[in-house]
Amino acid sequence: MDVLANLGRSSLNIFRGMGAALIMLLQAIIGKPQPRKSFPLFVRQMYVVGVQSLLIILISGLFIGMVLGLQGYTILVDFGAEQALGPMVALSLLRELGPVVTALLFAGRAGSALTAEIGLMRATEQLSSLEMMAVDPLRRVVAPRFWAGFISMPMLALIFTAVGILGGYFVGVQWLGVDDGAFWSVMQSAVDWRDDVMNGVIKSLVFAFVVTWIALYKGYTAEPTSAGISKATTSTVVTGSLAVLGLDFVLTAIMFS
Amino acid sequence: METRKTEILVGVFVAVTIVALVFLALRVASNTDITRGSTYTLSASFDNIGGLKVRSPVKIGGVTVGRVTRIYLEGEYYEPVVEMQISTAYDQLPETSTVSVLTSGLLGEQYLGVEPGFIDDGIMMLQDGDRFMNSNSAMVLEELIGQFLFSQGDN
Repeated sequence: MDVLANLGRSSLNIFRGMGAALIMLLQAIIGKPQPRKSFPLFVRQMYVVGVQSLLIILISGLFIGMVLGLQGYTILVDFGAEQALGPMVALSLLRELGPVVTALLFAGRAGSALTAEIGLMRATEQLSSLEMMAVDPLRRVVAPRFWAGFISMPMLALIFTAVGILGGYFVGVQWLGVDDGAFWSVMQSAVDWRDDVMNGVIKSLVFAFVVTWIALYKGYTAEPTSAGISKATTSTVVTGSLAVLGLDFVLTAIMFS
Repeated sequence: METRKTEILVGVFVAVTIVALVFLALRVASNTDITRGSTYTLSASFDNIGGLKVRSPVKIGGVTVGRVTRIYLEGEYYEPVVEMQISTAYDQLPETSTVSVLTSGLLGEQYLGVEPGFIDDGIMMLQDGDRFMNSNSAMVLEELIGQFLFSQGDN
């Protein structure tokens, strides 16, 4: 009986949490738009969330593309098919690695920062003081961060993919000597704009939504202690990464099967 | 000054994204698909289409001129029929043309090869919705091996 009660309690808690997160998100983003007031806040968050994540995205994209070029070449050259290096690098980046690795890095780099920031605002009662001044903290604090994360992560994923393909090009063509023309032309004949590029963008939009949402909710509901904030930050990275990997399987099964 | 610097850096971020998107659109993805312009539809029936798929290319002398759009079975003997869209730039195929299911390379994908036929008095050009009269089916490895073994048995 106790086992059943525990099972019931934990599933109720999970669903209650999901419901509370949904209500928080809806309250934050639904309402009369006030572009004059909210646009500067949004630009500020684009800088914190997007621009400051640019460096890690550029570097990891370059190195992942270079590793793909190197590994793909050593396998493909055995079959005399090193021209297939272009589509291999481009398709694996566009369809999987671009959206997924960007989302994982984004959860670690920007998601944890969002959680810690909002959690600390809660702990130091800045959110309550905003409410005292009749400013809705959901509209003022959560909404610009949500939009900034939702918009900047797909942008980061596009940059990651482009830089990764260039990294594969440098290793494959400039270093290992795959033919330049064949690399690009075989890639172009294999990559489809709608099936590959657009599906990758849709994937990264879904990941951006989920990761930003989890980060904001975990921060907003963090226990107002230092241990609580540390727990919330860890939980953002773990839950966000697991959600991205799980959703990636579902989306791949829908899009490419 | 602080907000101005932020705005400039966000602008750089947006510009870099646009560059990445243009690079993916123009350099990585194919935007010269032959079936994007105006096309006309032809069909052909085969005994066996092998591994042909929807979106497989249709080629004349190795040059892609169209794509397979539909594959279905027809009639009481369940004959496979392949519908293809061909660019209207190549609309002067005579009705004596032959279409075959071919394989690119030893292990490559399968495609439709069109061999234009002779042109003579009374030979019409294929119009939208017409069907090729001559077709060669796909080579199936098991059938080839079977025929080889059978012919060995005769000797």
